[in-house]
Amino acid sequence: MTSVLRISGLRASIPGKEILRSIDLEVRSGEVHAVMGPNGSGKSTLSHALMGRSDYEVQGGSVTIDGQELLGLPTWRRAQAGLFLAMQYPIEVPGVSLEDALGEALAALGRDRGEVHELVAAEARGIGFDERFLTRPLNVDLSGGERKRNETLQLGVLRPKFAVLDEIDSGLDIDALRAVARRIEAATSEHDLGVLAITHYSRLLHELRPDVVHVLTGGRIVATGGPELAQELERTGYAAYGGDSEEDAPAPVEPRIADPYADPLA
Amino acid sequence: MGAGCGPPCRDRRKRPTRSTGARSQLSQFTVEAATALPGPGWLRDPRRAAFERFQASELPTEAEEVWRYSRIDELDLERYSPAPGDPVPLDPLPAPLQALLDAVGPRAGLVVSRNGRVVHTELDAKLSERGVVVGSVTEVPDGAELLAEASEPAPDAYVELATAFAADPVLVRVPPGVAVERPILVLHWADVEAGAIFPRTAVRASEASQVSVVEQVCSSQVPGLVVPVADLEVADAANVSYVAVQDVSPETWYIGYQASRVGQEATLSSFTAAFGGEYARVRTDSRLVGRGGTSNLLAAYFGDGEQMHDFRTMQDHVAPKTTSDLLFKGAVEDLARSVYTGLIRVRKGAAGTNAFQTNRNLVLSEGAHANSVPNLEIDENDLSCSHASAVGPIDEEQRYYLESRGIPRGVAARLIVLGFFEDILSRTPVRGVESVLRKAVAAKLAHTELGDAP
Repeated sequence: MTSVLRISGLRASIPGKEILRSIDLEVRSGEVHAVMGPNGSGKSTLSHALMGRSDYEVQGGSVTIDGQELLGLPTWRRAQAGLFLAMQYPIEVPGVSLEDALGEALAALGRDRGEVHELVAAEARGIGFDERFLTRPLNVDLSGGERKRNETLQLGVLRPKFAVLDEIDSGLDIDALRAVARRIEAATSEHDLGVLAITHYSRLLHELRPDVVHVLTGGRIVATGGPELAQELERTGYAAYGGDSEEDAPAPVEPRIADPYADPLA
Repeated sequence: MGAGCGPPCRDRRKRPTRSTGARSQLSQFTVEAATALPGPGWLRDPRRAAFERFQASELPTEAEEVWRYSRIDELDLERYSPAPGDPVPLDPLPAPLQALLDAVGPRAGLVVSRNGRVVHTELDAKLSERGVVVGSVTEVPDGAELLAEASEPAPDAYVELATAFAADPVLVRVPPGVAVERPILVLHWADVEAGAIFPRTAVRASEASQVSVVEQVCSSQVPGLVVPVADLEVADAANVSYVAVQDVSPETWYIGYQASRVGQEATLSSFTAAFGGEYARVRTDSRLVGRGGTSNLLAAYFGDGEQMHDFRTMQDHVAPKTTSDLLFKGAVEDLARSVYTGLIRVRKGAAGTNAFQTNRNLVLSEGAHANSVPNLEIDENDLSCSHASAVGPIDEEQRYYLESRGIPRGVAARLIVLGFFEDILSRTPVRGVESVLRKAVAAKLAHTELGDAP
């Protein structure tokens, strides 16, 4: 069955600043859409507004999967409705193993948590995620690249309907980028995953070929086209789309990679 | 039970008035009561002497720095009586004691005490032949000397009281060069309404010996007072693991003291776990007296209801090239409170010291509160030292991450709290005990409202 992720008129802000001014997008099962934009264009805000992070405020619009409204639902309900966000900065969760977390996630979906070990092992092999990392607490002491493989592994185990990839190419070397992109591309055919790949650079799109490319600047989709649009951006940059104008370039939202237990005196 | 004895005062505003010297009027804790305790004649004099020191010293008050933030002003000894003297066997073992035995598995020795009296002792016969001693100090020929050399001066009046009223001090002694591979368990059970018990354990690990001791104090659901003292001597090149698990009733007051001396190239790995008690305090003093000695001090605590857990630590570096590494992690929920204050002391001459101190606290309810005060006192230049403390709620970022995988909000919070503890429980120095601690943490969390609703 074909599913549809429909974003219409989405407006969102962080305290004191409107970031997304009205976003309209429609992604269908099996499609790969790229959202490209310069720093500060609202890429991360789009990811987190879709997933429902509490420090982003949605002012208006609608986000649905097959007609089910996601805005207003808590994050975990959005995930259960079929949305997955591969984070730009996957955080360390001390003491919580990957398998325990995915086991809870499968159980909450009504799937058999007993499958988790097999599923994780198979995914890890597929994307070259080192087996010794499987027993570590989530993301603890993993490099940026390993964290992205880990996100992809989880995507493979959870089999969502739609995946939002928030700069999944950042911090990846070329081998990791290829492994991650291939896994996601395979998912688009294996289980009809729909993809919204949010990225600054086009290099991801050499590996994960988009069906549709959108240009995001100043909190709006300013252009939509085929794969050739990504090639054009590669040559000309975002200047033609107003991406360099100061007023349209809100400061990027600083990721809170804070460890709450970090030494405040350090 | 005499007049005036009842459940301990729970109202924090009501504080018993106390005047200097008023302790001479204590009706239950008297020199006669202390010297009438069972045991060989040689115990009488040290008991009398300890009681006299107790009488001569002021009871601690919250005005003292080391008792600041505590609830000690509320403690009224008149509410408690020394638990009855005769040993009454425990058969079967109460469930919490049995659970620990089962979790640890094969053991080298076991001591069970009930209301301060040893009611069961066993030791692997081969170890006994090699000179290992486990059991009541009253049955050891040189028990008098052993107790006398319990070296560190008592830090406060309650430790003196404990010396005077310890009915059956327990000794674990390992001769030089002997390695005891399996753990030795010392389990205490209290089930006398408003009874006071004074568990005392002396661990004597001689040169180049090795031993693991697991001590547990639990009680039935009655109010009581427990004043345990553990005294650990880790001689040169010895290796001691010591785990202390406290899970007394939520109406029990618990004032514990753990003192250790660590010799040259010796290692102490201790783990303290606290789940029970109305007010439960442990003071941990570890002195590194021999070059190259190491103390690893870990603790996990979890308070709910109106409990208060209180930890005072001292990492005392006397000798050069010594290392101490302390990590205490705790959580508070409901109206519970916790206090951690720690001091790293590096004395002149303790060059090349490495000292680390970390205390992290999770605050799970709005009404709960955690205090954390790390301190340093340094008289030496050549050292590497750090301290850190943190108090805060469940991290929203971690929670969001787990939620984004489809894990319901409350389940995500539970995973994070379990993970917070797993981080330290996985380092419990005696294998098997961590499973009991995990269950205790899970039991605390089972009735926690962590927001399953959106």
